[in-house]
Amino acid sequence: MDADRAARSRAVEALAGLPCEPGVPKPDPILIADNVVRRFGGLTAVDVKHVEVQRGSITALIGPNGAGKTTFFNLLTGFDAPDEGSWTFNGRSLSGVAAHKVARAGMVRTFQLTKALSKLKVIDNMRLGATGQRGETFWRALLPGTWKQQEAEVTARAEDLLTRFKLIAKKDDFAGSLSGGQRKLLEMARALMVQPEMVMLDEPMAGVNPALTQSLLGHVKQLREDGMTVLFVEHDMDMVHDISDWIIVMGQGGVIAEGTPDKVMADPRVIDAYLGAHHDGAVKTVGGEEVDAGDLEESGGVTLIGAVDELSQDDVPSPPVSGDDDFRKEPA
Amino acid sequence: MNWSSIFSVSLEAIIGSTTIAYALAAIGLNVHFGYTGLLNFGQSAFLGVGAYGIAITVATFSQSLWLGVAIGLAAAVILALLLGIPTLRLRADYLAIVTIAAAEIIRLFYRATDLRKWTGASDGLQSFSQDFYDLNPFAGSKGIDLGLITFTDRELWILVVGWTLVLLSCLVVYLLMSSPWGRVLKAIREDEDAVRSLGKNVFSYKMQSLVLGGVIGALGGFVFALDRAAVQPDTYGTEFTFFAYTIVILGGAARVFGPVVGSMIFWVLLVFIDSTLSEASNNKVFPEWFMTTSQAGSVRYILVGLGLILLLIYRPQGIFGDKREVMLDGR
Ligand SMILES: Nc1ncnc2c1ncn2[C@@H]1O[C@H](COP(=O)(O)OP(=O)(O)OP(=O)(O)O)[C@@H](O)[C@H]1O
Ligand SMILES: [Mg+2]
Repeated sequence: MDADRAARSRAVEALAGLPCEPGVPKPDPILIADNVVRRFGGLTAVDVKHVEVQRGSITALIGPNGAGKTTFFNLLTGFDAPDEGSWTFNGRSLSGVAAHKVARAGMVRTFQLTKALSKLKVIDNMRLGATGQRGETFWRALLPGTWKQQEAEVTARAEDLLTRFKLIAKKDDFAGSLSGGQRKLLEMARALMVQPEMVMLDEPMAGVNPALTQSLLGHVKQLREDGMTVLFVEHDMDMVHDISDWIIVMGQGGVIAEGTPDKVMADPRVIDAYLGAHHDGAVKTVGGEEVDAGDLEESGGVTLIGAVDELSQDDVPSPPVSGDDDFRKEPA
Repeated sequence: MNWSSIFSVSLEAIIGSTTIAYALAAIGLNVHFGYTGLLNFGQSAFLGVGAYGIAITVATFSQSLWLGVAIGLAAAVILALLLGIPTLRLRADYLAIVTIAAAEIIRLFYRATDLRKWTGASDGLQSFSQDFYDLNPFAGSKGIDLGLITFTDRELWILVVGWTLVLLSCLVVYLLMSSPWGRVLKAIREDEDAVRSLGKNVFSYKMQSLVLGGVIGALGGFVFALDRAAVQPDTYGTEFTFFAYTIVILGGAARVFGPVVGSMIFWVLLVFIDSTLSEASNNKVFPEWFMTTSQAGSVRYILVGLGLILLLIYRPQGIFGDKREVMLDGR
């Protein structure tokens, strides 16, 4: 599926020799965060001492429910203000910068709870993503001649992306009429219209069917080949193992582990973090076999064990079992 | 029963100056509420500053009409900024609270006896419209007489100016809303955060929307004041705003001509029912125990309200709305 994997090998190579410990410096970081703290009353939702994201890599951010992943995303992208801390993107400080400026700086995020603009057509959702549109300023909007040409270019790019994401047939439908999974696809495609340097995807695969997941994975990998950096949150460990070059593990607000997929998934601290938060959850899949139906809600942690087990056995991820997807947590 | 008089006042209401003023108020409100999702409950204040802008400049300070127009428009812009700066970063409902309060403050301000020297307090101001009617090209003519409906030369002039303003406003709204600028507004109405995540300055767009809708509202204030050749504080109360909302919903929110047709239907119904009821009670069509002449005035609102309820049940999207859009809300 990947004709060209140059970016992948570059990322893998750059990250291969690094020690697997929280906060490890990367050779070419695009994002560096320091002492980012966010408290909600007595609860410290995020307390990240130091973390770096390698440019041109696909980095996964994992951790049990409530670990603070989404909150960390919100802070980095200007949707929430931290109590303390600072971070830089591309060498430029982005702490305290408004969300729309963060996006213009090249860091674009999607949301765990999809935000399709229901009463806009799919194609208009896409067009909205393009930046620097002349017709978006008041006075020029009154003169169609000034923006029609650019609009046509934007539309062509939008249609191209919709084709890639298999939504082209829906282009003139209201976004509100799309299914949950289609909305996830639309949101990701729309984020790409911004032409960002870094995309931050909050659970992009949740609710997407397994067949489509494969093609979505292909898209994400393609982003890396196109020179983008991807940071994404995901609970499905097979998927995480399949596409990421690096994994950052959060637990109770902090970064508890970091490393290449193989090493992180064998890390006892990671297994602990998942198990620690999910002691009631019965182990459902061991080596791909279903052992106990258990509590479906807890499968985020449980699949990890499955994946780790598989790893230790044959060191190759199995393709996602369709059953796994049914267990996967819906966005809360 | 004098049916021909009932029909003639009703027909006149279709294109009358009140319809124009409310249409302009509603076009502005449609920009706010229909396209951007801003809950502005103080649209009457924008008409008020427009009307008083002319009235105070001309009647109190004896300046020209054109300066009054400029001041009225500037006042609408400033009012929009004052309302928007503190509230547009907050949740949508804050704007609603602040605008309804601000509109009341402004109305009470016009009424204040201490300011009688400038605003005329509760009596309002008169004799500021001479400049406007001096420009009347139809002056001295007999106006128009179409049999059932007649307009004097003065009425004809305000109608021509008023409808020109309505059509220009519709044209501007049409151009803007079919542009990328309008797309951003509609997207903000659906989900602000999504728009922010795509690099748009949501605050700035909401502010532009508030100013635009406010300025169009102020045009309505001009028409209202010049038609009556008088301003009175209580005209610009909350009732005005609620009528404008009714008109927007009646015509279909986020439709260019929705507010215009909404205003026509609203006023034709109101006037028709009103004059029918008063004719009926004058001619003792209804027995005294059923409805007195003075009760007839309230009954028209009951009937119009009933009509609106039926409309919302059977046509929730309004006259021009798209049913599919309304149904999306259920998901
Ligand atoms: N607005 C808020 N007010 C109060 N507490 C909050 C708020 N947002 C998040 N939290 C708390 O912060 C913690 C981290 O939440 P967050 O949404 O970041 O978790 P997450 O890692 O994204 O989890 P999930 O995998 O379930 O999406 C949780 O305990 C949550 O209850
Ligand atoms: Mg989350």
